[in-house]
Amino acid sequence: MMLEVRNLTVRYGSLTIVRDISFGVTPEQWLMVVGPNGAGKSTIVSAISQGIPYAGTILFQDRDIAKFKPPQLARNIGFLTQSHSVGYSFTVEEIVKLGRYAYSSGIFRTTDKEDDDKIEAALEITGMKPFRKQSVLTLSGGELQRTFLAQLLAQDPKLLVLDEPTNHLDLVYQKQMFELIRQWIKDTGRAVISVVHDLNLAKTYGTNAVLLDKGAIVSGGPTGDVLNAENLEAVYSMDVYGWMRAMLKQWEK
Amino acid sequence: MKIKSDSFRIAEYAAFLLIMLATLVLCVCVGSVNIPVKDTLTAIWNTIFSLPVPEGISQPIIIFVRLPQVLCVALIGAALSLCGCAMQGLLRNPLADGSTLGVSSGASLGAVLAIAFGITIPGIPFAGTMVMATLFAFCSLVLILALAYKLDYSLSTNTIILIGVVFSMFANSVMSLIITFAGEKVRTIMFWSMGSLSGSSYTYALILLGALILFGTFIFYNARELNAFAIGEDNARNIGVNVKRVKLTIMIAVSGLIGVCVSIGGTIGFVGLVMPHMTRMIIGPNHKKLLPLTLISGATFLMLADLVARVLLRPLELPIGVVTSFVGSVVFVYIFYIMRKAK
Repeated sequence: MMLEVRNLTVRYGSLTIVRDISFGVTPEQWLMVVGPNGAGKSTIVSAISQGIPYAGTILFQDRDIAKFKPPQLARNIGFLTQSHSVGYSFTVEEIVKLGRYAYSSGIFRTTDKEDDDKIEAALEITGMKPFRKQSVLTLSGGELQRTFLAQLLAQDPKLLVLDEPTNHLDLVYQKQMFELIRQWIKDTGRAVISVVHDLNLAKTYGTNAVLLDKGAIVSGGPTGDVLNAENLEAVYSMDVYGWMRAMLKQWEK
Repeated sequence: MKIKSDSFRIAEYAAFLLIMLATLVLCVCVGSVNIPVKDTLTAIWNTIFSLPVPEGISQPIIIFVRLPQVLCVALIGAALSLCGCAMQGLLRNPLADGSTLGVSSGASLGAVLAIAFGITIPGIPFAGTMVMATLFAFCSLVLILALAYKLDYSLSTNTIILIGVVFSMFANSVMSLIITFAGEKVRTIMFWSMGSLSGSSYTYALILLGALILFGTFIFYNARELNAFAIGEDNARNIGVNVKRVKLTIMIAVSGLIGVCVSIGGTIGFVGLVMPHMTRMIIGPNHKKLLPLTLISGATFLMLADLVARVLLRPLELPIGVVTSFVGSVVFVYIFYIMRKAK
């Protein structure tokens, strides 16, 4: 097991956001975390990133990640968060370069060949090369999202955890991003966990899925089994399959 | 392919340094009695190398009155600007500064307490005030940030400034209370709180330099981490920054510097707000460059402010804080306006 979440519970004051959930992801899997608003999807991501206090254990390759040093965690797990707003006019390149932080520390360290290669590759693959010297304050939401994806790729972790990765992206870049991640995952020992709203994307790209409702797991397993008509109807209180088919009809000639 | 050069450009450093040195010489020359530049340089040069100073040059004024004061002013300007810069990066907030956050008021309260209750450390003059000011600066910073996090996790500008203002008022009211009951110590406290740097000595300059080197090193060492924080605390955590350790380091360094500056020069408002902002407009937000250049420009700015304070109503001398707060409040409103427009 690459990442294993055991009996995770998250509380804000007296409110329980996530209740006793367990799931795992193995190499080459793409786990989709789906569910309606307020199901606790983003909270799970925050817990894995050690950004909030939680009860339960999260193991990476059988070791408790709460005991990882921050750079060690960053070399293994990379996160892409939902919203970005940068206050100062950093350039795209400066932000992408920080992705290599976990591989070095201290002020006097200069970048080495491997860092440069990883940064170049990340800029290339995300299509951000033409923007490298541009201030991030002048970028569109989609370009900003791709900048942080480039930073994440430069960071070169083994597991990607993406929270609504296509939030600000138009259709072209949504497709591009998911294809890119599908390629990325093919390297040995890599896996992805992503929170998505769009059930189409979840069904198309996910190998596995976890369906959440009100902070608890309704179903987990291979995507096809989890996202069946009964489960979705129970969680979303509507005929999701019927709705999706009706939507598709709009596009038939 | 060029990647290396963007964090270090000699020309920029040379330009900033030259302006600072020119300002320093100017500030030593101009005052109640103007001294020609050539005489000033000769006096300084000859004193450093223990050569006899030619007749007709007022060596005592230059060496024992003007120079130590200008040096203290420059060092305080450098230290306060560095603090402002570090806090603005750490909190991702361009309006953060010792005075807007209330840290300076906290430090003043500590210093006043030390003077009023005669808290001293035997053997080292002034150390009691300094330690108390530093301690109170740190406690204020912790308190202000804890409150801010509790009220508004995203630490938005409005929350932080509001809490800073409220805390400043609180600290000032306690200070007034102490001064009311301070009896014969009132004169000492008043003299100190006016924030005048005339009568500075080389001892003060050395203490300031020591503090700047010690705490400045901690801040410089975290330049990359400050970049990450300036992008966002979540992003800093995601790329592997030890968020808690960096925060604590910067907070201790900033409190130490503000504590020492306040105990020597009194509260000089807004210095840490103006120069980081202007420097950032010229050379960008990358802290590897921003920190050292802000340090230099901060020294330049406060020397000029001191000059204006000394010369404007000659022979009357204004408190230096009057000049910095005048400039600072205008810049504050300007930054706030720009931020609003950007939203």
